[in-house]
Amino acid sequence: MTAEAVLIETTWTEVCPVDALAREQGVAVLLPDGTQVAVFRTHDDALYAVSNVDPFSGAAVLSRGIVGDIGATPVVASPMHKQHFDLRTGVCLEDADVSVATYPVCVCDATILLGQP
Amino acid sequence: MARTLVVVGNGMVGHRLVQALRDRDAEGGWRVVVIAEEARPAYDRVALTSYVDSWDPMTLQLEGAEFTDDDGVELRLGDPVVIVDRESKVVRTAGGLAQSYDALVLATGSVPFVPPVPGRHLPGCHVYRTIDDLDAIRDSAARARKGKGRGAAMVLGGGLLGLEAAKALRDMGLSPHVVELGPRLMPLQVDEGGGALLKRLIEGLDVTVHAGTSTSSIEEDRGRLLAKLSNGIELDLDLVVFSAGIRPRDQLARESGLTVGERGGIVVDEGCRTSDPDIYAIGECANLDGMVYGLVAPGYSMAEVAADRILGGTASFPGADMSTKLKLMGVDVASFGDAHAATEGALDVVFNDAVKGSYKKLVISDDAKTLLGGVLVGDASDYAMLRPMVGRALPGDPGSILAPSGGGGGVGIDALPDEAQVCSCNGVTKGDIKHSILEGGCADVPSIKSCTKAGTSCGSCVPMLKQLLNACGVEQSKALCEHFGQSRAELFEIARVTGIATFSELVAKHGSGRGCDICKPAVASILASLGNGHILAGEQAALQDTNDRYLANMQRNGTYSVVPRIPGGEITPEKLMVIAQVAQDYGLYTKITGGQRIDLFGATVDQLPAIWKRLVDAGFESGHAYGKALRTVKSCVGDTWCRYGVQDSVGLAIELELRYRGLRAPHKLKSAVSGCARECAEARGKDFGIIATENGWNLYVGGNGGMMPRHADLLVSEVDKETLLKVIDRFLMFYIRTADRLQRTSTWLDGLEGGLDHLRDVVVNDSLGLCAELEAQMAQHVDDYADEWAGVLADPQKLARFSSFVNAPGTPDPTITFREERGQKVPVLLGIPEVSAR
Ligand SMILES: Cc1cc2nc3c(=O)[nH]c(=O)nc-3n(C[C@H](O)[C@H](O)[C@H](O)COP(=O)(O)OP(=O)(O)OC[C@H]3O[C@@H](n4cnc5c(N)ncnc54)[C@H](O)[C@@H]3O)c2cc1C
Repeated sequence: MTAEAVLIETTWTEVCPVDALAREQGVAVLLPDGTQVAVFRTHDDALYAVSNVDPFSGAAVLSRGIVGDIGATPVVASPMHKQHFDLRTGVCLEDADVSVATYPVCVCDATILLGQP
Repeated sequence: MARTLVVVGNGMVGHRLVQALRDRDAEGGWRVVVIAEEARPAYDRVALTSYVDSWDPMTLQLEGAEFTDDDGVELRLGDPVVIVDRESKVVRTAGGLAQSYDALVLATGSVPFVPPVPGRHLPGCHVYRTIDDLDAIRDSAARARKGKGRGAAMVLGGGLLGLEAAKALRDMGLSPHVVELGPRLMPLQVDEGGGALLKRLIEGLDVTVHAGTSTSSIEEDRGRLLAKLSNGIELDLDLVVFSAGIRPRDQLARESGLTVGERGGIVVDEGCRTSDPDIYAIGECANLDGMVYGLVAPGYSMAEVAADRILGGTASFPGADMSTKLKLMGVDVASFGDAHAATEGALDVVFNDAVKGSYKKLVISDDAKTLLGGVLVGDASDYAMLRPMVGRALPGDPGSILAPSGGGGGVGIDALPDEAQVCSCNGVTKGDIKHSILEGGCADVPSIKSCTKAGTSCGSCVPMLKQLLNACGVEQSKALCEHFGQSRAELFEIARVTGIATFSELVAKHGSGRGCDICKPAVASILASLGNGHILAGEQAALQDTNDRYLANMQRNGTYSVVPRIPGGEITPEKLMVIAQVAQDYGLYTKITGGQRIDLFGATVDQLPAIWKRLVDAGFESGHAYGKALRTVKSCVGDTWCRYGVQDSVGLAIELELRYRGLRAPHKLKSAVSGCARECAEARGKDFGIIATENGWNLYVGGNGGMMPRHADLLVSEVDKETLLKVIDRFLMFYIRTADRLQRTSTWLDGLEGGLDHLRDVVVNDSLGLCAELEAQMAQHVDDYADEWAGVLADPQKLARFSSFVNAPGTPDPTITFREERGQKVPVLLGIPEVSAR
C-alpha cells in the first residue's frame, strides 16, 4: 500500500487540539468501535498512538503512564506494573513477545487526528 | 530418644549456646532445659546502660530469647539451681525442681565484687550488673530527687563498668564521682597518657574523678550517705554503686567437687569441658588456661565450642581477643592487642594532640615491623582498621598511620590477609566476608550483616564492610538510572544549591536523555520537598508516578480508591456520615484500613474531582494513602479516656499528621503515637514513633513493619513537645536530604555511617551545624502546605486531566465492570488481552 492509499482508507477520529496535550503526557481516546487508544506527545513534539490497554493487567491505563526514553527509544511505562512499551512499534522492552497495537496519528489544522486502519 | 541438656544460667553466653546447639542439632538429638536465676528472658547485658534511655526491658531482650516457637527448648526463669548432684546427674533448684541431665552446661556468669568497705550493705548501696540492679538504682535516684538540688552519687571503680555506671547516673540527673584505686581511669585498657586525656574529657562532662585513692568508709548521715576517701575527701551522697571488678560464679562447681582455679573460675579444657566429662562451663564463670574472660566475645566463642562438642564435634577454643572499643559519654576509647607494651622490646609510637583531644599509641615490635597493639582515646576511628592488623606486618611507617590526615591513612583493607578478623564481636574474618560477597551474592551492607553476622554487635566494622564491597568490585553504583549518574541525595543537593526547579533543566544540565519512570518521580519528589508549588503544576504533572499523578490510589482495574484524611483516626459521627453518604452515592466499596482511616474503592478518573468536592465541602481533605509522603499518624486513645494512658496521644498524633502531611520523601513515611508504655499504637514499627512517659515523650526512629520488620531505635527520651517537634523536623529533613531513592528510614539508618549515634549527633547535638537549616526547611513546608485536592478543583487546567476520554468526556470506560461480593461491588477480573505474538 502506498502512503496515499493508507491516508485514503483510514478512518480518522478527531482527538483534541494539539495544545490540549502537554509535552510528555498522554490522553485516552475512544474510537467509534469502542477501542481505546492512548495518544502521547513527546518532548520533541512527535505524536504516537498505541492501544490504551495494558496487556499485562488488562486495564485501560497506558495513557496515564510516564513518558520518557530508554536508550534512544521513546517509551511509555505502564502505570500498573511499569513495563515499558516502545511508542514507535508498541513492543514491550521487557518481553519482546508482547506488544500493543499502534495507530497512525497526525496533526491537521492544529488538531490531532487518530487513524484506524 | 532425645537426650537432655541442662543449661544453668540464661545470660548472653548461655543463650548463645542454646541458639548454636538448636541451629546445628538437625536430628533433634537433644532436648534443652534452661534454668535461670533472673526472671526475664536473656538480654543484652553489654547494652545495659542504654536501659536508662527507655526503662523498657524489651529493648534489651536478645533475639529469639523466648524460644516461643521451638518445642525443643524449655525455659525455666526465676528459679536458680542450688545443687548439682553429679552422682545421679540431677540438678535441683531453689523452687524444688529436680531435673536430670545427660549433659550439663554451667553458664552462670559472674557477680560484682564488693570490696569490704565498712557500710557497704547500707540502703542506697548498689551493684551494676542486671536490669533489676538498675531498677533499684533508679528507685534510689528518684528518692534523691525529692531532696533539694542535684543529687550526687559515687561509683567505686573507674574501669569500663564504673564509667558506664557513671554515665547512667549522669543520665538519671545525678552528679557522679568516680573513685579509682589505681593511678588512672580504665587502668586495664588504657595507658598513662591515654588515661590523662580520658580523665580530662570525662571531667568535662560533669563527672568528678578521684584517682589513686580508696574508700575508707560509708556512713549513714541524716538520711543520706557520707563516704570518706583515704585522701581525706568526704562526699555527701544519695547513692553508691560498686563497680570494682567481677568474680566468677563458681559456687555450684565448688560444692559439687569440680576443679576450680586458684583465683576462681571453673577450670575447663580447650573444649570447655570441666573435670567432669558430662559438664561444661562457658562464659565468665569459666577458667580456661588460667584466664577468666570478662568480655562477651570470648564467651561467645566458648558457647560455639561447647555446642559443637556436645554434638560430637572437636572444636576448640581459638583464643581470645581482648580488644575493646567503646564510646563513654561520647568519648571514644579503644585498646587492642598488647596495649601496655608488655612484649619484650616493644616500642611505642605516640601521637598526642592535646588541642583536638586525641591520643593515639601504637605498640610495635622491636624491629618496628609488626603491630602488637595500641590505645586510642578521643578519636578511635582508626580502630576498625588497626585491630585486625595486630600480629601482622605494618603496611607503612607507624608515624604516617597515626597522623591525623592519615585517617588510618597508610592502612588499606588490602593490607589485611583473609584470616584477619574484621568483626571481632562475632568472629568473622575478612575471608568470610569476601566469600559472602563473591559466592553468596551479598551486594550491600545489610545483606552482609544478615549473611555473616558481621557488624551486627558493636558496628565498628561497618565502614570496613563497605570497603570490602568496593574491593570485591561490587560497584555500589549510586547512579539513579541511565539518565542521571548521581544518587538521589546528590541530585537533592544540586537542586537545593542551584535552585533548579524543573526536571527539563535538571536533566539538560546534569543528566542525559529525557528521563524515565525512575528518575522522573524521584526528581518530582525532590522538587516537592524543596517546595515548588502544587505537584501537578506545569511540567511537574508529567513527572508524577501513577498515584501522585491522579492524587489517588490506582487499583487493579484502573479505577481509584479515595482515602479521606482522618488525622490521628479521630472522627465525629457527622463526618462518618459524610463518608458513608459519598460511598453510597458513588457506589464505592468501603473498607477500614490499617492506618485508622476509611478506604473508598472503585472511583473512575472522572469521578475523582466530584468526590473530592463533596469531601472538601464537608471539611475534609482527601488523604495520602499513596505517594512517597507521610501516610498517617496512628494513635491509641490516650489519657483522655484510657485509664492507663499518661499523655494525650490523639492530640499529638493529630498535630503531627497536620504538620507533616504532604511532605514528600525518598519513600513513604508512617508514624504513630502511643499514650503509654503499653504501646497500643505500635509506634515502634513506624518510621518515627512516639511513646508517652510520665515525664514527656520518647521518640523512636527507623522502625518498619511489612516485609522487613524492624523495631525503631530510641533517639531521644522524655522530651517536651516543643523539643520533640524540633527533633522530628530535623530527623525527617535529614532523611529527605540524604537517603537513596525508595530507601525507608530503617534501611537508611542501618546503612548510615556511625548509625544511631551519628544520627543523634547530627539532629540532636547539631554536630554538622545543620539543625537551623533543617528546621527552616520544615517550617517552609508547614507554611506552604495547601490541600492538594482542593488545588485541583480550583484550577480548570488541572481539572481537565480528570476525564475518561479526551474526545468523549463523561463516557465511562467500557472495560470497567463490577460484580457484587458480600453486599458490596468489587471489580470483575479483566480478561487479559491476547498478546500479539511476533
Ligand atoms: C554494664 C556492663 C557493660 C558491659 N560492657 C561490655 C562491653 O562493652 N564489651 C564486652 O565484651 N563485655 C561487656 N560486658 C560484659 C558482658 O556483659 C559479659 O561478658 C557477658 O554478659 C557474660 O555472659 P555470661 O553469660 O557468661 O554471664 P551473664 O550474662 O552474667 O549471665 C549469667 C546468668 O546466669 C545466671 N545464674 C547465675 N547463677 C545461676 C544459678 N545457680 N542458677 C541459674 N542461673 C544462674 C545469672 O543470674 C545470669 O543471668 C559488660 C557488662 C556490664 C554489666
